[in-house]
Amino acid sequence: MKLELIISGFGGQGVLFAGNLIAQASMIANYNVTYLPVYGPEMRGGTCNCTVIISKKSIASPIVARPSFLIIMNYPSFIKFVPKLKKAGSAIINSDFVKPENIEDFEKLEKKYKFYFIPVSSLAESLNTPLLANLCAIGAFYQITKVFNRKQFEKALKEILSKGKAHLFEPNLKAFELGAQYIKKNYKI
Amino acid sequence: MLKFFEFPKSLKNTRFHYCPGCHHSIAHRLLCEVIDELGIQDKSLGIASIGCSCFLYFYIDVDIVEAPHGRACAAATGAKRARPDLVVFTYQGDGDFASIGFNESFHTALRGEKITAIMINNTVYGMTGGQASPTTVPGQKTTTTPEGKDPQYLGYPPKIAEILATLESVAFSARVALNTPKRIIDARKAIKNAFLAQINNLGFGYVEILSACPINWKMDPVSANKHIDKLTEIFPLGIFKDKVSESLKSKKGD
Amino acid sequence: MKTKKILVKGVEAIALGALEAECKCYFGYPITPQNDIPEFMARELPKRGGVFLQAESELAAINMLLGACATGTRAMTTSSSPGISLMCEGFSYIAALELPAVIVNVMRGGPGLGGIEASQGDYFQAVKGSGHGDFHFLVLAPYNAQEAYELTAKAFELAEKYRNPIMILSDAILGQMKEPLVLKKLKIKKYPKDDWALTGAKGRPSRFLRSLFLDAQELKEMNIKLMKKYKAMQKDIKFESDISEEDNIIVVAFGSIARIAKEAVNNLREKGYSVGYFRPITLFPFPEKPIKKIIEKAKKPLKFIVPELNCGQMIEDVRLAVEGRASVISLPYPPSVIPFPEEIEKEIKKCLNSLSSRKV
Repeated sequence: MKLELIISGFGGQGVLFAGNLIAQASMIANYNVTYLPVYGPEMRGGTCNCTVIISKKSIASPIVARPSFLIIMNYPSFIKFVPKLKKAGSAIINSDFVKPENIEDFEKLEKKYKFYFIPVSSLAESLNTPLLANLCAIGAFYQITKVFNRKQFEKALKEILSKGKAHLFEPNLKAFELGAQYIKKNYKI
Repeated sequence: MLKFFEFPKSLKNTRFHYCPGCHHSIAHRLLCEVIDELGIQDKSLGIASIGCSCFLYFYIDVDIVEAPHGRACAAATGAKRARPDLVVFTYQGDGDFASIGFNESFHTALRGEKITAIMINNTVYGMTGGQASPTTVPGQKTTTTPEGKDPQYLGYPPKIAEILATLESVAFSARVALNTPKRIIDARKAIKNAFLAQINNLGFGYVEILSACPINWKMDPVSANKHIDKLTEIFPLGIFKDKVSESLKSKKGD
Repeated sequence: MKTKKILVKGVEAIALGALEAECKCYFGYPITPQNDIPEFMARELPKRGGVFLQAESELAAINMLLGACATGTRAMTTSSSPGISLMCEGFSYIAALELPAVIVNVMRGGPGLGGIEASQGDYFQAVKGSGHGDFHFLVLAPYNAQEAYELTAKAFELAEKYRNPIMILSDAILGQMKEPLVLKKLKIKKYPKDDWALTGAKGRPSRFLRSLFLDAQELKEMNIKLMKKYKAMQKDIKFESDISEEDNIIVVAFGSIARIAKEAVNNLREKGYSVGYFRPITLFPFPEKPIKKIIEKAKKPLKFIVPELNCGQMIEDVRLAVEGRASVISLPYPPSVIPFPEEIEKEIKKCLNSLSSRKV
């Protein structure tokens, strides 16, 4: 198994946090992982992305030209990364910001790839935690890939939320669950 | 038999390489007398610098490491931080301390490193052949100011002892001279206090020693010695900061 | 006790390696992309009775390191390219004084202020002597977090073994990337220092460390002593090699780009191509002999391809090792353009094609 994931969105959407968390959970699930954030000027305001590679075998290159999985949090990220997606690759797409009707040749793309549209921003808002759209997306990623199990995810979340942020554990977990449930309800895996 | 005067224990019995009339040798001796008096020969670490005094280790019988030009205070900082139990001192010239190494010197004082810095101010680069240094005085002829130093062009000499005295974490700062017996006695006291500043954990200790350089001043030793008096008009002698005496007094009072 | 596995940045792995080797003092000055190291040390070193000090400049930091190492204390500094340039004066003195210092360069793009992207532009600086006079670091180039941890810890041992500064040459990608790190307990040997360290002349004659030798004969002897030491370092050459006798292309790369090159080589092998992979881990001394052996053992004429995140620096050492017995091709990737494995694959294929066309 080798999964090459790129997560992309606006700075502030928790893209890097999500990448780190997925990498942490996958490591706990006994996978080799690399997590490479794109840093620098892109970090503030612009498009922000990171690459997470999850593999049973040891990982050589931490960068990929063609990812097998995407988490797309905004429209510019869709434009930038979907054309790079591997054949039969999958993408979790924030449907609050990316509407199929706004995408050129959507039918063609849909035949090539597996898209999971999920309104992560409004789901997070429904929990009164609008900043946790990223966790909804991770929930979706979990439901689709099952790279790690719930227990492993919870352990990773606990490890990443430092002492001062322990109170955020429950809200994060709720957002994660909501994302997972949405996929369960709306998509056949 | 009562001995009033003897060869300092921490001074190596070696002939100095210094020029006739140079004050380095007196400063070396005073430094050694203080080391002996404080009984710190076996826990001292000297930082030699670049300049006429770079051969410090041939004369002073303590552990010594040589630092790059200007970096003695930084090296002293590293040594003292690594081994706070050692008594660490630097011995630098005006070019080393106040020109190329001013940033290191200033910041070491600013941090209040528990070290002692001795700066020999002879207003020229001695070792390289008498070029102008920051402390070269207005009108002074050097090999790089052949017409005399023009302050409109090169500025005025900095009063380092006074500048350092303004820093909160400097515990002792003084300027002394070695051209009369009384001044030599005062210099010895100042060096001792600059060491006590670090030994008593009070802060950075600094002594600036006005020093004759007859060769590069193009003077005979006697005139050079007299010329120091002139320099004191620009570089006044005195103690500009003294937390040491205060601290010792209050200790006695207890 | 079970060894702990944690997900860390490469720069944190370096800091953890230093702690594992019981590094006692850290001196440094802020510069991107290595700031996680001083920040980590500021938190962790004081807890372990160590010293963290932010210097007023890299110039001061390297001389603080000089002072600390002169007392025989395990100490380090870290910086990134422009900061390393400022330290070069100190490197020369530290090498001349034969002090066991550990220096880390998390390389970024240059020259000048350059940028903060990954680069290997400081290869020459690290390997050919970054200061005046004849001196060398022993240079270690990790390529993942585990190596960053283990090689940094090992650096303290090697520094004492040879009484020589050791440089860890990393870069922005390796530094900022997170990977699992197994926090193994490492056996880091301590060498006696009581015959040279300056600790106050208690119970022994005073001693000094100097680099000034106005007597020409003394200076010559000093240089010869250093030269012998650099030769002796050959014993500690490290490299990774994955080569079969059938291979006719050998890709030689170090650090972060070695990972991308390795991926390219693996992909090509899966497709049936005969491509080998060689990664120097010590950049000085350069693994010359292993490269010579590859040539001797090869059944076919060889081509060496050297991808680097610079305009072609390590290729000079590969050429020296090859001694004209094979062709050596540079694949330069100046800062900001980090190639994907596919791009390197394409370049290797081009070389393979030119080899086969020559046969015809």
